[in-house]
Amino acid sequence: MRTIDLLIIGGGSAGMAAAIQAKKEGIDDILIVERDENLGGILNQCIHNGFGLTEFKEELTGPEYLSRFVKQVEELKIPYMTNSMVIDMTKDKIVTISNKDKGVEIVQAKAIVMATGCYERGAGAIQIPGDRCAGIITAGTAQKYLNIHGYLCGKRIVILGSGDIGLIMARRLTLEGAKVICVSEIMPYSNGLNRNIAQCLNDYNIPLYLSRSVSKVIGKDRLEKVILSAVDEKMQFIPGTEMEIECDTLILSVGLIPYISLLDNIDCPASSTKGAKVNEHMETMIPGIFSCGNCLHVHDVVDFVTDEGRLAGHGAAMYLKGKLARGNKIVVTPKDGISYVVPQEINRDNQEDVTFKFRVRTPVKDVWLIIESNGQQVAKIMKPVLIPSEMVMVKLSKDKLDLIKDEVTLRLEAR
Amino acid sequence: MEKFDVLIIGAGVTGAMIARNLSKYDLKVALLDKENDVGNLTSNANSAIVHSGYDPVPGTNKAKFNVAGNAMFDKICEELDVHFERVGSLTVALYDEQIPVLKELAERSKQNNVPVEILSAEEVKKMEPNINPCVKGALFAPTAGIVDVFNFVCHAVENAVDNGVKLFLNEEVKSIVKEGDYYKVVTQKEEFFTKIVINAAGAFADRIASMVEPIDWKITPRKGEYFVLDHYKAGLVNHTIFPLPSEKGKGILVTMTTSGNYLVGPSSELDDDPNDVTTDPPTLRNIRAQATEMVPSIPFNQVIRVFAGTRPTCTRHDFVIEYAKSDKNFINVGGIESPGFVSSPAIGEYVVERLVRPLIELKEKKDYNPCVRKYHRLYNAMVEQDYKFVNEHENYGQIICNCEKVTLGEILDVLSRSVPPHSVKALKRRTRAGFGKCQGGFCQPRVVLILAKYYGVSPMEISYDGEFSKILLEKIKGGR
Amino acid sequence: MKEFTCIICPRGCRLSVDDNMNVTGNFCPRGKQYAVSELTNPVRTITSSVRVNNREDLLVSVKTSGSIPKGKIFEVMEEINKLSVSAPTRIGDVVASNILGLGVDILITKNID
Repeated sequence: MRTIDLLIIGGGSAGMAAAIQAKKEGIDDILIVERDENLGGILNQCIHNGFGLTEFKEELTGPEYLSRFVKQVEELKIPYMTNSMVIDMTKDKIVTISNKDKGVEIVQAKAIVMATGCYERGAGAIQIPGDRCAGIITAGTAQKYLNIHGYLCGKRIVILGSGDIGLIMARRLTLEGAKVICVSEIMPYSNGLNRNIAQCLNDYNIPLYLSRSVSKVIGKDRLEKVILSAVDEKMQFIPGTEMEIECDTLILSVGLIPYISLLDNIDCPASSTKGAKVNEHMETMIPGIFSCGNCLHVHDVVDFVTDEGRLAGHGAAMYLKGKLARGNKIVVTPKDGISYVVPQEINRDNQEDVTFKFRVRTPVKDVWLIIESNGQQVAKIMKPVLIPSEMVMVKLSKDKLDLIKDEVTLRLEAR
Repeated sequence: MEKFDVLIIGAGVTGAMIARNLSKYDLKVALLDKENDVGNLTSNANSAIVHSGYDPVPGTNKAKFNVAGNAMFDKICEELDVHFERVGSLTVALYDEQIPVLKELAERSKQNNVPVEILSAEEVKKMEPNINPCVKGALFAPTAGIVDVFNFVCHAVENAVDNGVKLFLNEEVKSIVKEGDYYKVVTQKEEFFTKIVINAAGAFADRIASMVEPIDWKITPRKGEYFVLDHYKAGLVNHTIFPLPSEKGKGILVTMTTSGNYLVGPSSELDDDPNDVTTDPPTLRNIRAQATEMVPSIPFNQVIRVFAGTRPTCTRHDFVIEYAKSDKNFINVGGIESPGFVSSPAIGEYVVERLVRPLIELKEKKDYNPCVRKYHRLYNAMVEQDYKFVNEHENYGQIICNCEKVTLGEILDVLSRSVPPHSVKALKRRTRAGFGKCQGGFCQPRVVLILAKYYGVSPMEISYDGEFSKILLEKIKGGR
Repeated sequence: MKEFTCIICPRGCRLSVDDNMNVTGNFCPRGKQYAVSELTNPVRTITSSVRVNNREDLLVSVKTSGSIPKGKIFEVMEEINKLSVSAPTRIGDVVASNILGLGVDILITKNID
């Protein structure tokens, strides 16, 4: 069985960034395993622009953004396999890789970075009432058909869910010749970025219905119509509010979930992000297995995925060199109004700054973000507006970290 | 014009088993179905359980065929290369007053010749750590099993076709008239002539039977809704868990499936429309409430799909397996609701040996082969840690469905079989591509392109299920 | 007074512009520029894709090299839909120049080997 110092599972934005960082830190024996034909992951089908503003200070399309990292991977001569998938992995990092041409190979990795991305919740997961006909499709799948293969999945379309992919697809479908009748969102606020509501819906006069969801889909073979009903605070349909809309397609943009079957199989503990529980180096609770990008928690901006990939690559390099800080653990807990925080643990002996990434549960205005440890305030930061669709990052410098005892809490307080 | 000796209407599990039994003999057999694939309705949407036979009233057809059918599963599944496991079932009593009912069921089992055992609360908790701790006892039926219902039907028909049966899909029977010694069976497309008709039309069996004579039974369809949970953790339950049966059926069960998923359901609602397979939130909530009474920790956040199936419940409350009153050459096999799946091998044998044999000479074929070509899967290779086949054969390393680890090799294998899939759903049923947690989100575009390429058509021609369920509606940018 | 969302970056500032073109609510200077442009001559960059002749069922992504007037979006899309290329493609390759005389080109945004 051949051994590999650093195996990177997934050659998207997170995986490539991790590989590049580790290589720069002197790790040479790396292998990126990518299931698709090309490196780049989901960005290959995200042909719209708006990527790279933080990373490159310019606005790039998805394929342009990823190409810059592919170029670095090539230049740094980092080995990668495409059309390859890790089908099994043990706690001891024995990894089974299936490749299109070579068949199955089992390798021993010394460290692993999980960068497997996320998947879309579908009609089954949200249990849409009614028929199970053709014409109900997730936004990402519709995007692949349209942007990669050149096929429209429908002509008269209702989009359920106002996450960014749904909004982006509303514009794309309109530009490519379909009629997007409306976007319906069960929450009283959109889960997409404001700029996407402006440039994807408002620009094309596509209505966004809030607090409204699909109460029934009707269609014998192909979708014929959907019923949209208003929902109350408990997300229950309100009788008498039905809107019947004739359409041939319902596109679902109802959430992304970290894709971590490989970690589930080895009982690697998960956090409330539905990704793995990690420390400040993006190391999971299994030493030497790191996780980053959308398989750790779903991001809204790819530049931050890249950043997190580098952090995991750095962590893996340190681990391989035996320099990863260990020591007592500081537990990180989100409270009052915060739905999750990454990382969930910090090593006491850590010598580097730590960035907390978190999301709020509901939109809030004019609040204090309070970071405290064992009842003592460590930091208090004013936040004018926080919305669930935008991940917030707060960096805590080493000197502030020294104020932290064995636990740290993040919470919001009204101003 | 080709004339048939026997024509079977309905390629569900019953029709499939009858066709397979007939294929042993030198006969011209036609198997018709109105759907675009075999086993597309009731046989596709059920609990995937091989019942032990403790429940049916002794002396009924249900009791007789259930028990006989159960015993035939090991051999048939070996021959048809279908995943089957005798995991055993537990019918649980949650209240003290239910213990006498367990005893009645045990008595009934004895009359039906089904081995069972009454277990104490402690024994049940040991076998099922996630069971409601209030459990008072259970009836354990070790011969109950779980089976891959999809490939059971597909491979049975494949085997029948390999042995000479002719399969006609997308043929909906519109009328049946006797013309001399032959029945003329007219579909929306063409006419078939046959000496013998076997009506195995499932939820539509009463309509077919009424085409030749007035009948004294009727199908009153009962819809059953289910949850499907992902298979990421083993051990939620280790057996099929039933509540105590009621007049509506065996109740809402919790079971693992051969693919490692968990099924929770079914509801039981009378529904005039046998084509109605919609799901609705109140019914699903009710299933959830009842199931969690037995297994409180069911992780409903792991639900990846909900579905509904139609049970062809008959007004006779038993299977109808008999000659038409006016003519022995017309055989009705109707009302095959639960325990229909497990009964199907015994029904198939009975129909051929007891009902067809008196009508026509049954001469055994010399070259009859009861086995289908072995079905190799990367997933199985992974479980068995034996990659020899995979590494020696092309395309078995190329994964198409990430969640279920289905490879191009497997897809091309099923496409090359004698009952190949034409739709995304038919392919999914055979290979499991699209059955996992992302429900085809990643693999459906790949599957559509593979099907299009294989059949030499545009991806626009590929359907999800029937011919009017196309997936793509327009080719853009200079395409047609 | 007009209000709208800035689309320049993911921050999505809520901009207000008064009758004298005074902009408030912007976090950075680009927001001010955007607000003025939005009120005088709204423009957008368009991304789309074109068919790859020598590949089955494959498109390659493209974009306009600069902004085009908002009112011309669908006309530009019609022009893009007429285009096709042959692989290999390289990012920055020009597929069509000075489209509709608007002074912008259609550029490839993806490398296909």
